[in-house]
Amino acid sequence: MNTQPADPLIAKLEILADAAKYDASCASSGGKRPGATKGGIGSVTGAGICHAYTPDGRCISLLKILLTNFCIYDCAYCVSRRSSNVRRARFTVEEVVTLTLDLYRRNCIEGLFLSSGIARSEDDTMADMVRVAKSLRLDHGYRGYIHLKTIPGASDDLIAEAGLYADRLSMNIELAKEETLATLAPEKSSRGIKRGMAVTRGLIDEAADEPKRKFAPAGQSTQMIVGADASSDLDIMETSATLYAAYQLKRVYYAAFTPNGHPSSILPTKPVELVREHRLYQSDWLLKHYEFELPELAGAMDDGMLDLSIDPKLAWALRNRGRFPVDINAAPREDLLRIPGLGVTAVDRLIAARRHARLRYADVARLAGAVRRARAFFTTDDHHPGPQLDAEVLRARLTPPPAQLTLF
Amino acid sequence: MYALVLAEDADGAAFRDAARRCIAQGLAPGAVTFSADGNAPLLPPPPETAEATPPAFAVPRAFIELLDNVACHSAPDRFDLLYALLWRIARGEPGVLDQANDPILGRALDYARAVRRDIHKMHAFLRFREQPGEDGPLFTAWFEPQHHILRRALPFFIERFATMNWLIVTPSGSAAWRNGEITFGPGAPRPPEENDAVLDGLWNTYYRTIFNPARLHVGAMLREMPKRYWRDMPETRAVPEMLRQAGARAQSMVDRPADAAPRFATRIAERRAEEITARETEASGEPTTLATLRDQAAGCTRCPLHKHATQTVFGEGPPRAALLFVGEQPGDQEDLAGHPFVGPAGKMFNKALGDAGIDRDEVYVTNAVKHFKYELRGKRRIHQKPNMSEIKTCRWWLSRELALVRPRLVVALGATAAYALAERTVPVMKERGTLMDLGAHRGIVTVHPSFLLRVTDAVVAATEYRRFVADLKTAARALEKLGDAA
Repeated sequence: MNTQPADPLIAKLEILADAAKYDASCASSGGKRPGATKGGIGSVTGAGICHAYTPDGRCISLLKILLTNFCIYDCAYCVSRRSSNVRRARFTVEEVVTLTLDLYRRNCIEGLFLSSGIARSEDDTMADMVRVAKSLRLDHGYRGYIHLKTIPGASDDLIAEAGLYADRLSMNIELAKEETLATLAPEKSSRGIKRGMAVTRGLIDEAADEPKRKFAPAGQSTQMIVGADASSDLDIMETSATLYAAYQLKRVYYAAFTPNGHPSSILPTKPVELVREHRLYQSDWLLKHYEFELPELAGAMDDGMLDLSIDPKLAWALRNRGRFPVDINAAPREDLLRIPGLGVTAVDRLIAARRHARLRYADVARLAGAVRRARAFFTTDDHHPGPQLDAEVLRARLTPPPAQLTLF
Repeated sequence: MYALVLAEDADGAAFRDAARRCIAQGLAPGAVTFSADGNAPLLPPPPETAEATPPAFAVPRAFIELLDNVACHSAPDRFDLLYALLWRIARGEPGVLDQANDPILGRALDYARAVRRDIHKMHAFLRFREQPGEDGPLFTAWFEPQHHILRRALPFFIERFATMNWLIVTPSGSAAWRNGEITFGPGAPRPPEENDAVLDGLWNTYYRTIFNPARLHVGAMLREMPKRYWRDMPETRAVPEMLRQAGARAQSMVDRPADAAPRFATRIAERRAEEITARETEASGEPTTLATLRDQAAGCTRCPLHKHATQTVFGEGPPRAALLFVGEQPGDQEDLAGHPFVGPAGKMFNKALGDAGIDRDEVYVTNAVKHFKYELRGKRRIHQKPNMSEIKTCRWWLSRELALVRPRLVVALGATAAYALAERTVPVMKERGTLMDLGAHRGIVTVHPSFLLRVTDAVVAATEYRRFVADLKTAARALEKLGDAA
């Protein structure tokens, strides 16, 4: 695996894909682009496809690479920061275009996720990234997915041009607190990043008013690194809620900090527990799809930290037992959504089914898939949790055993 | 009981045709069974119908979608399930498809889900290999689906790879796309793998590299990418080695000492330090122009409002404007755009200025507080009034703006602005429209244009708008007089 490859393109790919793997986003969902009829290639189906999975359980949907990992910035958490001794490489615009098309034609990817270190200047690098997207679209009639990272500090004109060719744009907020960003990433500022997101949102809103104009049809997203600084889970969720509201982001990605082999002396050397990242995604989901408000989430935390052993919805329910049990046959949708263990799909199935018949315990079990966690929190004509809802042991009973790593 | 034998590759359409005839004959679900496994049936076929085309009846659209998916399933009872449901629909039973707890519908839905998943995995995991062909390159793929999905999976490939020539072979059938036309052929067993430099070189390299050994989660991989697909996915051949090395690689990343910075990094760091010192020297002095003041304000952290706002929204207008307006604070849209008075209240303000005969390009417009203060409610930011301490803190900027612009007249829009200028509470409704001293400046107070937006009664709104315009006209006249006196 460590033998030097003969093909120089493979050697570059090894360096520039390695540098990109710390970006959590690989989604190709959102927006639609019908297939090309004359010349050209590709389509965006709207739902996104995972073309392979790696042993870290992550999906490969996009070719996720850096244009270059030369960088004049010195962000402590980043493997490509200028003070890191990592091997450096740089793709040409044409190389990225050819690589994307070659993999796309073999049905390996949904498209391209292009990020970059900041070589020379913000504008120079952003302009090169835009050139890749423009060439794919205009020279090759490529209609697959393109996700471009935008660089804080790059000119508004370049962001405006990037959105003409990209499906999604994203600018990383990096850390939840601006004070720690200033320490760990001295060249970056929360202000510059937020301004970039505001500019992007403005352009997306503008295009939405004109049916024929397309600007980043899959919207914008961002990423926060978890565990590189002392930000609490509450700090993180507060930042997310703020960003969702202010810039109408489609997604906030959370990336647990893991040592990258080129440690900075000012960072922890131990990786963050991946379950923390998982709990943050669950909380994010509660905000977005389960009508939870930030103060409710905060109420389910201790000292601003989520419970790692149980999911946040269960943690909230155990502290709000007075709101249960919920009557499956009568409760409004928002109350059904509060039942631990019942997801949006299960709730919608229950609502559709109860229009035709009163649901019994067995019906709920079948429609929801599993009710082991839920059963203490709902009633049907033939089921009532009784005193177990108030029992001290309920939490212990519903705490899953720590997961074992699966051996292969 | 009868047995109806369908062709082995029978799809939804073929079944629909046969089922319609059975229903026309009044054959209940227990009286007829369907098979498509290629074996000779033990039961007799149903008698021939007299009519060439049996009468049609309406079915919900969703049922056709379900039927077309279930018909692709490999289970032998798939058509009997569909026939049982169709029979009930034909008999006029309402809501057959809504009874999600009906066991027959439940099984049909399970079959449909399995078929959709199989189609999805074919779209995901099929890999084309490029080979030279008579008319340009030919992309070939061999894939083994679990169900009879080839035809149903094809539209995706046709849409996405319309301009390539390709051939997809499965054990039970094949499809070729050549110059924009599809042809179907027989299936074939897995052929020996042809070389493909991109798949075998670049793709495998990418797969190995994008994997983070510090995040091993094999269960998640296996759940989404079961091993039965692996034979035709070349990248998966590296998995055992990746797993063997993962532990050691992750440990070595943790154990490594901090890097010594490369030479170019030290050079850049020195240059950056010089730039920062230069910028700080420039920023530390008392500002002598509006431009420097604006730059300094952009980094303001004097109160906590900057944390949740996007940016400082500084005043705008001619640097020596005679008339200066002070509002309360930027709103949602001003915060995003970075300019004062561009949202709904700003539009109202512009209209009123026009009606009062004042050119907005000739006046300076700013706010008492320069950051947007709001409260989160779900996915919306709801405006909140700034408090005394925030207004006082932000006066630092307002007083310098006033000192540099040196307006002859100031107009306070609303109580917050009046407080910021006069350093005392001014009863706006009582004292509006009269010339008075506002701190060191001559000025008048009036309402904030957002007040006009909140009035719901149309008659009251029209009256209030006229009063607002009248106040602005008073300001314009007062300015003229002050000009004459000067």
